[in-house]
Amino acid sequence: MEKHDRRSSGGSAAGTIQPTALDIYSEVQRGAAFREVRRRYRRFAFPAAAAFLLWYLAYVVTAIAAPGLMARQVAGALNVAMVAGFAQFATTFLLTWAYARHARLHRDPAALELRWAVSLETRQDAAPVPVPAPAPVPGVPQARRAGAPALRPRGEHR
Amino acid sequence: MTGAHHVLALALFSGFVLVTLAITTLVGRGRRGSPEEFYAGGRLFSPMENGFAIAGDYMSAASFLGVTGLIALYGYDGILYTVGFLVAWLVVLFLVAELVRNCGRFTLADVLVTRLRERPVRIATGVSSVTVSVVYLVAQMVGAGSLMTLLLGGTGAWARAWTVVGVGVLMVVYITLGGMRAATWIQIVKAVLLLGGTTALTVLVLLRFHGDLSALLTTAADRSGHGRAFLAPGLKYGGDWTSRLDFVSLGLALVLGTAGLPHILSRFYTVPTARAARRSVIWSIGLIGTFYLMTVVLGFGAAAVLGSGAVRAAGAGGNNAVPLLALDLGGGPGSTGGTVLFSVVAAVAFATILAVVAGVTLASSASVAHDLYRTLGRRARTPRSEVAVARAAAAGTGAVAIGLGLLAQDLNVASLVGLAFAVAASANLPVLLYSLFWRRFTTRGAVWSVYGGLVPAVALVVLSPIVSGAPGAVFPGLDFAYFPLENPGLVSVPLGFLAGWLGTVTSPEPADAAGHAETEVRSLTGAGAA
Repeated sequence: MEKHDRRSSGGSAAGTIQPTALDIYSEVQRGAAFREVRRRYRRFAFPAAAAFLLWYLAYVVTAIAAPGLMARQVAGALNVAMVAGFAQFATTFLLTWAYARHARLHRDPAALELRWAVSLETRQDAAPVPVPAPAPVPGVPQARRAGAPALRPRGEHR
Repeated sequence: MTGAHHVLALALFSGFVLVTLAITTLVGRGRRGSPEEFYAGGRLFSPMENGFAIAGDYMSAASFLGVTGLIALYGYDGILYTVGFLVAWLVVLFLVAELVRNCGRFTLADVLVTRLRERPVRIATGVSSVTVSVVYLVAQMVGAGSLMTLLLGGTGAWARAWTVVGVGVLMVVYITLGGMRAATWIQIVKAVLLLGGTTALTVLVLLRFHGDLSALLTTAADRSGHGRAFLAPGLKYGGDWTSRLDFVSLGLALVLGTAGLPHILSRFYTVPTARAARRSVIWSIGLIGTFYLMTVVLGFGAAAVLGSGAVRAAGAGGNNAVPLLALDLGGGPGSTGGTVLFSVVAAVAFATILAVVAGVTLASSASVAHDLYRTLGRRARTPRSEVAVARAAAAGTGAVAIGLGLLAQDLNVASLVGLAFAVAASANLPVLLYSLFWRRFTTRGAVWSVYGGLVPAVALVVLSPIVSGAPGAVFPGLDFAYFPLENPGLVSVPLGFLAGWLGTVTSPEPADAAGHAETEVRSLTGAGAA
């Protein structure tokens, strides 16, 4: 855990291996594999976040600006306001499910490979790696590698 | 009010206190000392455990007592709270949970210092996190006091004051003894109790109306004294445009505030990976969503069974709607069923308050020790001395919250919590999002963003009708309410984002490109995660 503080002690005696870790991050950030992971994350998370925030704000603003519309009866005791409120609940559950599915199918395998690769590179100077290193990160990360799920810690099963 | 249910409720509640104390000492034994253990509980909870704990942390007295009370008094306008409380979790799930788990260690500042200068950023976020926590704690204390008044009948101010003090002392004991591991188990126990109690009451309400939701709504509307208007927005926030804007302000604070609450952020560090953090949030969204759907039934149920007038008469702000509903559903005052149900509900509500208070106190003590003490303290710091400071900070936070809780006794718990959300949304969320997603973000931007959200938020609350100039205010005799809205979010949240942007573009130093690379790669891949 102490490695976390290395940035603030940039030029110290132990500094010989420190810059390497930072270089690795910059290098990975420029690489195609990472940019693909980031693109996939953002292409889902940003539009979805914008969409539900707009939908929520629309609901709130309608509630105060057009109470007449909200009070209009739909069926029995149900009015537009009740239906809209329950629709908010429903879309929240739906988006949660969609996000989880997207992350599991399109992001997790690639991110796990990158994590593996970065951890190996940042640690190679500090300590010998006990496990035989897997093949280097492929340029196209979506290929799911057979060995990857072995890294899952407790509680990761589904 | 007879004496029987006081005794039974106190016995049940004492049972909860004993069980949680036992948990605290059991799980805390032989594990004390390291910050990893104290702040993050060893990081090995499963997603389901953490999901229940998050739900336990989030379903506070504000929801159980405050929101149901608001629904019982104002009908649909209370539902608007539940929607905001739930939708907010999408912000957490999409933009915050996984990335924070990957980048951070214990507090919000840990995420930021990867790419920003440590000292100013730790001080700023430390101050804002403690502020949020204290406001949140005050709300819980008011809930505890209000419940105690109901329980002990008219014995009044002293009982109330002693409850607030007692809750404060207990929570300090929990935290200093058990740290995050104990806090997590207390949340889990409490979440199960609360969901169980809520489900039971919901079933009883539905049975009373033979499963006919339409009949429930119609009866609630009839007995509220407002007719059909009770089922549409407008009773609380539909008057002049000030109160309508107040509602937008609250809505904004609720939906953006959750992702900035320190005690919620710190929960993601108790699981091993980002994937586990994501799955804990999914669990908690399921649990929290179900819970809020049931509070809607309970709120309308209270209006339908008791009538809004009776709810209002039982305590300012409507905080006692649910316990009274339980009394009636069990068979009415004097009956055995009523006594038992009332006692159970009161004990569950107490457990809720106690657990939330413990969680929030732990988060704020982490901010004090890990952020403020580490940067401001002069002596050499070891991890052990930091944990000792965290324990002392828990006591200090408790004392402040007790003091303020004694002052603010007649406010609705839900509106008070709305303030904590507003401060979190203004001071903590902008800096977090900028830091995770904006390449050019600088240290000056971060500091400006925190203070630029925090100072207006707090100042506007002080100048609001909550503090002075209104009948239910903290200082009803004085009038310095120059800001008309009760919730500052509408003004202070944009200010926080604006200040962060302004600080960044006027910054003399360029952004730390390597630090940004590290933040981005770590946040999305989990490399180098604690």
